[in-house]
Amino acid sequence: MELSLNSGSNLPEEAAKHSSETIQYIVIRLGEEQYGIDIRSIDTITRMQHITRVPKMPNYLKGVINLRGVVIPVMSMRLRMNLAADEITKATRIIVVRLEQDGNVGFLVDEVREVVTLSMDDIEKISENSKDGKASLINGVGKHNGELISLFDLNAISLES
Amino acid sequence: MDVSQYLEIFLDETKEHLQNLNTRILELESDPENADTINEIFRAAHSLKGMAGTMGYKRMQNLTHDMENVFSEVRNGSIKVKPDMIDVLFQCLDALEEYTNNIQTSADEGTNDNEPLIKRLNDILGSAGSDGDTGEAEKKEEAPAVKSGTAEAAESNKWDKIALDSSQISVIQEAQNQGKNVYGINVLVHESCILKAARAFLVFKAVEEVSEIIVSDPSAQDVEDERFDRDFTLIVVADVELDKVIKAAENVSEIEKVTGAPLVLSNNKNINAGKESETGEPEVKAEKKAAQTAAPAAPAGKAGAKPAETKKPAASKPVVNRTVRVDIEKLDALMNLVSELIIAKNSLVSASSQGQAGTVNTSFNEQIEYLESVTTNLHESVMKVRMVPIESVVNKFPRMIRDLSKKLDKKMELYMSGEETELDRTVVDEIGDPLMHLLRNSADHGLESAEVRAQRGKPEVGSIFLDAYQDGNNVVIEVRDDGNGIDVEAVRNKAIERGTVTPEQAANMSDKDIIDLLFLPSFSTAKEVTDVSGRGVGLDVVKSKIESLSGEVEVKSKLGEGSVWTIRLPLTLAIIQALMVVVGDEKYAISLGSIQTLEDIPPSDIKLVQNKEVINLRGTVIPLIRLNEVLDVESRRDGDENLIVVIVKKGDRMAGLVIDELIGQQEIVIKSLGRYIKQCKFISGATILGDGEIALILDANALI
Repeated sequence: MELSLNSGSNLPEEAAKHSSETIQYIVIRLGEEQYGIDIRSIDTITRMQHITRVPKMPNYLKGVINLRGVVIPVMSMRLRMNLAADEITKATRIIVVRLEQDGNVGFLVDEVREVVTLSMDDIEKISENSKDGKASLINGVGKHNGELISLFDLNAISLES
Repeated sequence: MDVSQYLEIFLDETKEHLQNLNTRILELESDPENADTINEIFRAAHSLKGMAGTMGYKRMQNLTHDMENVFSEVRNGSIKVKPDMIDVLFQCLDALEEYTNNIQTSADEGTNDNEPLIKRLNDILGSAGSDGDTGEAEKKEEAPAVKSGTAEAAESNKWDKIALDSSQISVIQEAQNQGKNVYGINVLVHESCILKAARAFLVFKAVEEVSEIIVSDPSAQDVEDERFDRDFTLIVVADVELDKVIKAAENVSEIEKVTGAPLVLSNNKNINAGKESETGEPEVKAEKKAAQTAAPAAPAGKAGAKPAETKKPAASKPVVNRTVRVDIEKLDALMNLVSELIIAKNSLVSASSQGQAGTVNTSFNEQIEYLESVTTNLHESVMKVRMVPIESVVNKFPRMIRDLSKKLDKKMELYMSGEETELDRTVVDEIGDPLMHLLRNSADHGLESAEVRAQRGKPEVGSIFLDAYQDGNNVVIEVRDDGNGIDVEAVRNKAIERGTVTPEQAANMSDKDIIDLLFLPSFSTAKEVTDVSGRGVGLDVVKSKIESLSGEVEVKSKLGEGSVWTIRLPLTLAIIQALMVVVGDEKYAISLGSIQTLEDIPPSDIKLVQNKEVINLRGTVIPLIRLNEVLDVESRRDGDENLIVVIVKKGDRMAGLVIDELIGQQEIVIKSLGRYIKQCKFISGATILGDGEIALILDANALI
């Protein structure tokens, strides 16, 4: 697993002072873009494994996997975001996320990069009324070391379908 | 007063008593003179009152108290049972049930005083003549108490019989030397008291507030476990007067009598013979117990009353309870572990069969077979633990039908059979509402009014039957009535009128298809809306509920003769025997329960009927369903090869599922696909195979 903890621009003492205002994100890659998932809702990150197809499902729902005896649906984040279909590589991972209403769901992503800590000041909220269907799954953009990270709105992902 | 630890027992027992009362009052209605029934009702009401009182539920206590008064009059013969009295009694039971439900949800009985009910009860009492009657009844009530009181007095003081060991004696002596008061106290619990241990516990607590308990006979532990007959004896050291100690104990409700006196050690019969070893020896205790129970028996026997007191010593030892209450969640956890075990076993089986080409020795295979039989038995045992008879659900129906009979002004009778049929606990909890709907439906729509029935030459009283029985791996529950049956034409017209189907469609539909329309949401044919049924919510709810339990519901009906509603439920929910098949390159499981046969069909046997593929199998025309088409996969077989067809059956209907390859029979653990995936109707779940892969479970019922 290629996870590296990066304390980022927040110095430890600063983080302690504003601990309620910092959130840790796992940064993933889909194609050339970077996305962040709130680390508090992540259950497990697992390597690619055989996915059993379920018929009559939307194309982004790839099927189900067996995670330690529990059946978990897996969706392709690329297809969900209307990107090109997945290419399975050694770096491909399934991120299992706890969704409030729907239980655990796995997200198929190209690569898991790192963990970053963002303070509220680093995050720019995106307004709800964006018309782009893709953008509605994103509720903020984080700035980190000069790079931009789109932050997933997990509730929007779960409500859809 | 903390009684929360008894709340659960209280609720369980209250429900039992209420159910008992319901049944008995129904009996009483048909046989108003039956003395046994009246006595039984009286006892149940009395126990309820006592229990509610102890738990501090005053409103409940008041209501039951008044009910008890009425029963008491009935028992004395000063009131005759009349239909309107039965009605009031039933309303009282409903009110009590409401209290119970409130208590269950919030540990509080609520604020409804039910004054109108209490007033009506008192009116009934008033009609018996005068208040003098009630007084008399109360006197009668008191009489036995006095009797046993004298019985108590006839006996020498019990505390003088307690076998004391030397340390206890020295404590008593020391206390006396210090000028403290040492009392012997005997507490007699009321005969009808249900929670004796709870009562005793409260007495202990109350007494301990004013004094210090040195000796208890039986021991405090025994008393707490309810291992005592009706009384227990304490020796206490106190600074206060004897009266205060006795008052404290008497303040606990359902304590019939508290006697006490200063303890004089030299009176203790066991001290002179006082061998320390005596206390430890059970025989001595048993003898003593026998002596104690025999003593009150003698005077009581003279009075010729109270058979309860003439209990044999052997019977006074409470029978050890052979059942254990287990939280359903713990059973679920156990069930999950069994499931995991079966999955692990399956993977061992597949590992051994893969290695067969090599050097797998026979003893390894034997052990696997042994493991297989153990896991299967283990699974069955756990399933059995979760099974409960449907009795608890169907018991309330006779009462409901009686009420409906009054409300709808139709005469009807409910006949039940197979109440002992067992089902998984989770299913039993859910099955009540659908059954109630079907019964109401039969009572309201099914049965005709008495006049119509007379015209049609049927008996005036309509019959509704509720039969439950086990059929293979299913449990079948049938609701039958001898009423009018379903008017298919009326349903057809209604469907057209509502735009559910076009007139052309309706004309082409079979009667069965038309009847199935009844299960659609908001489709009700009742001409007027009553609060019994006819609001269009009902049958669709019944259907979806049953289906959520992996069951199915069917109806057969003959106009003028009645309808039969058949509910079919699987015996077990979590683990089933399944046939593993391959379609394309995917594995699927089909529940063995719905499979009839496996057939090898040459392509030339396939005929086309209405452009659909069918086969003629031993005289039956069966439609074919090509699973690869349904599942959107490429079949791996050539068109001219013979077809492997799995014949499945749902009720009367059959279908042939065309598959690519058979794997074999396997015990599978059903896992939910999760809430995220539920659109797919014909996939009922998933299972994990021995190699860790997931196979989907096909729901044959949804495919037919």
